[in-house]
Amino acid sequence: MIAVNGLSVRSGDFELRDLTLEVPPGRYAVLMGRTGSGKSTLLEALCGLRPVHAGSIVLGGRDVTRLPPAHRGVGYVPQDRALFSHMTVRRQLEFALAVRGRAAIAARRVAELTDLLDLGPLLDRLPAGLSGGEAQRVALGRALAAEPAVLLLDEPLSALDDESWASACDVLARVQQTTRVTVLHVTHRHEETRRLADVAIELHAGRLTATIPPPPPPRSSQEALPR
Amino acid sequence: MSRRAAPPRPAASAADLSFRAILAVIGGFYVVGLAGLLLADLAYLATTGGAPAAPLAALQPAWNAAHALAGVFADPNIRHSFALTIVSCLVTTVLSLVVAVPLGYLLSRSRFPGRGLVDAILDIPIVLPPLVLGISLLILFQFWPFRLASRQIVFQVPAVILAQFTVSAAFAARIMRVGFDQIDTRQEQVALTLGCTQARAFWSVLLPQAVPSIVTAATIAWARALGEFGPLLVFAGATRMKTEVLSTTVFLELSIGNLRNAVAVSVLMVAAALAVLLIARSSGGGMPEATGFGGRRAAR
Repeated sequence: MIAVNGLSVRSGDFELRDLTLEVPPGRYAVLMGRTGSGKSTLLEALCGLRPVHAGSIVLGGRDVTRLPPAHRGVGYVPQDRALFSHMTVRRQLEFALAVRGRAAIAARRVAELTDLLDLGPLLDRLPAGLSGGEAQRVALGRALAAEPAVLLLDEPLSALDDESWASACDVLARVQQTTRVTVLHVTHRHEETRRLADVAIELHAGRLTATIPPPPPPRSSQEALPR
Repeated sequence: MSRRAAPPRPAASAADLSFRAILAVIGGFYVVGLAGLLLADLAYLATTGGAPAAPLAALQPAWNAAHALAGVFADPNIRHSFALTIVSCLVTTVLSLVVAVPLGYLLSRSRFPGRGLVDAILDIPIVLPPLVLGISLLILFQFWPFRLASRQIVFQVPAVILAQFTVSAAFAARIMRVGFDQIDTRQEQVALTLGCTQARAFWSVLLPQAVPSIVTAATIAWARALGEFGPLLVFAGATRMKTEVLSTTVFLELSIGNLRNAVAVSVLMVAAALAVLLIARSSGGGMPEATGFGGRRAAR
């Protein structure tokens, strides 16, 4: 799950104030907003890449507000994918496991991700030779390698042509259904919301509004989300 | 697979051609002058006498030049100077990188109090007149704690390396800073989310991508060390068989009126500099935009 409560984040003169949202475990949430509305800033705060001035962030049932990015259990795919330009696709997929001292299971995990994301022909290639759709799948695989509780996607489909976009949507839906990872997907395209979202949230003028509310929780909590 | 023919370019207009011609003439004067400098040195060696007759008369100019270059190696003073130059430049290059990589990283990736001051201090060896730098080094070693090592350093071989290092490291740090600036921080951020500490992200993600900048920084550090003269003369002296390096050899040979040897040593220095430059270029370095000395890049 992703639970943000009263979050305030500053980025230069820009400020997000008192944001609250919740994405139930295993759901696919799409966060929409115009360019410059602060979507990416919010995502970076969830990753631990921006300091939080107030409020709390709970990811996968743990309060991670003061934890460094390495200990938050997130998989992050930035808008430009930021693939490691000097590493082959195979090394990118192994990277998270290698740095966490789990290299022993890396080969098995790479095989799983290769199947899930159809990366077989790409494993020994460098990012420079990949198409937009291929790079997006590699970035997704790299983020999922250590089996994070939460997957944070910053406009993951923004640089794709229409045909690649449609197949990338299918990949994202399949990944989420297979892994049951909780996803927060930032975009400015309503079409992605219609196609992928269990939960849709709009960030406008610094406020969050639910356009597709999360399904009611199984037990008694009746918290209206987002507030 | 057949190579597709390049589409024909649109013909340049007469105005475009004359514009380019004017630029080429202006720039060409300088480039031709630079090439002329080297050719003049070689021509001087080729035309001055002293060499025995060549096996073929047509080869006499090349024979003369080769004889002049071989002659400098016959002199034990110059052999010592050559060896000290190579060793001191290598040590200086390594030391410069040891300092430049961390400094460049901190200036590129960190915001800390006094960052602007550190940046300005790094310009000192670049903008200070070389002789003033030498005198400043000399004076520095009058004071504690430097004074304690003064006898082992000043006018000794370590002074050669220290004088070279003082200038070379500043240039190398500038290049590393610009090199790190040119690498997007996003990859390091992703590495942090994947479980890296900052140190691990630096070693695994940033540094491998900075190799071309490291090669460039090493090349510039080497070239600066090779050409160092003013601070060396003041701080290390020009004692034969002790602190003499090739730049001081040129000066010493000139001062005793041996122009032929001075030119021959100069040609050797040019060859050494070109060799390092060629090695650097072939291994991915070069002289890229990474030479924004004193420049301030806009924040991304």
